[in-house]
Amino acid sequence: MNHWPKIDLINYGGGNLGSITRCLERLETPYRIISSTAEPLSGDNPILFPGVGAFGPAMDNLTKSGLAQRIRESVRAGTPYLGICIGLQVLFESGEEAPGIPGLGLLPGSVVRFKQGKIPQIGWNWIKPQTEAQSDAWPSGYVYFVNSYHPAPADPEISLYQADYHGQFCAAVQQDNITAFQFHPEKSGEFGLQLMRRWLENVA
Amino acid sequence: MSHKGTHKGLCKRIIPCLDVAEGRTVKGVQFTNLRDIGDPVELAEAYQAQGADELVFLDISASAAGRQTMVDVVRKVAHVLMIPFTVGGGISTLEQAKRLLDAGADKVSVNTAAVNRPELIREIAEAYGSQCCVLAVDARKNTTGKNGHPWEVLTHGGRKNTGLDALEWGQTAVALGAGEILLTSWDQDGTREGFDLALTRAFSESLPVPVIASGGACGPQSFVEVFKEGRADAALAASIFHDGQWTVDALKAAIETEGIPIRR
Repeated sequence: MNHWPKIDLINYGGGNLGSITRCLERLETPYRIISSTAEPLSGDNPILFPGVGAFGPAMDNLTKSGLAQRIRESVRAGTPYLGICIGLQVLFESGEEAPGIPGLGLLPGSVVRFKQGKIPQIGWNWIKPQTEAQSDAWPSGYVYFVNSYHPAPADPEISLYQADYHGQFCAAVQQDNITAFQFHPEKSGEFGLQLMRRWLENVA
Repeated sequence: MSHKGTHKGLCKRIIPCLDVAEGRTVKGVQFTNLRDIGDPVELAEAYQAQGADELVFLDISASAAGRQTMVDVVRKVAHVLMIPFTVGGGISTLEQAKRLLDAGADKVSVNTAAVNRPELIREIAEAYGSQCCVLAVDARKNTTGKNGHPWEVLTHGGRKNTGLDALEWGQTAVALGAGEILLTSWDQDGTREGFDLALTRAFSESLPVPVIASGGACGPQSFVEVFKEGRADAALAASIFHDGQWTVDALKAAIETEGIPIRR
């Protein structure tokens, strides 16, 4: 028997919500889709912002629709937030992909491009918790990445997971009510489902 | 669920490929003598359980009804898969790509239509991002022996020579927005004599995007070679899995012992 809260699922207009909604359905988690023009965030429901896309257009859509301001207010007021891929990147102050376009600025730091290797990174990579103390709650495993950019938090303490692609990079962050993955738990098999379940347990 | 985690970096991907005609998985030689080998949804689930890293579905239906059936297959497959999958075969418009992506495909692959109208690549990449747009290249050693053009692009399922240099076409496609290359050697396809290592390596070394090698898969050694010498990022195979000769996991275990980074 699940007691998961209802999720406010952000549809910023650039991505396909199919795989994340199927993931929530597998976890028997109720959700409603918040589109650019649709009803406002509840303020109580945890926010889930998934999807692939580019930093600039994503911030553009969020700003024009007014969602950027609402997300900022809700998260600052303590609403749990899970970002996936672009939903992680917009949390930061800026992104190398779109110089001059500010992010949500909820986390200090920026989003930077891989310096080496094939870009985008596509495929399964090993993530391990940043510190041993985190490993009970957040185990190591293989997850699916599709990314050209990764977070570079100003405060290294907020790094939750790290991974190696021609050097170590930050693969997930956590600070207070904010959790965010650079990889795709919804495409990462049973292990990905386990990570989603862990977040739901934390916010339930 | 826990992983062995022997390799702590990006892994080489093993990708079973399913040819689908009129909603059924089929097997044949060069698109002839097709034999029904099962329900694509059940096969997809089985390969996922065996540890496949991704799946590719190629629609080889001849009819418009078959193409519509494919959209239903994609929708059903999306419901059972928790790993990424690509759908290709006969996609010639952004509208067709949209239908398949909306039905749940993570990526679409384009081939003949992109050769005829390269803008298709840009349209898909702009609408959905490069990561959604895979260019499938069917390449064959150039028998006319033009210097510097060792491989030629074939279209229409290998039936038509284009005279295009395969590597140049790959570069053009990446510039237009293709995020990944599915590279099939028409010389090796169906032979079970190993992948075309020179072809794969040429693509992998000169293109900035990942390359999926295809055509000629046999035992684990062929995969080890295409990863080590061919520098492939991923390798695709059909019949060795469909025939039950190898499960995905047994193949991955054998490859891993040769020092290839594999997700297990």
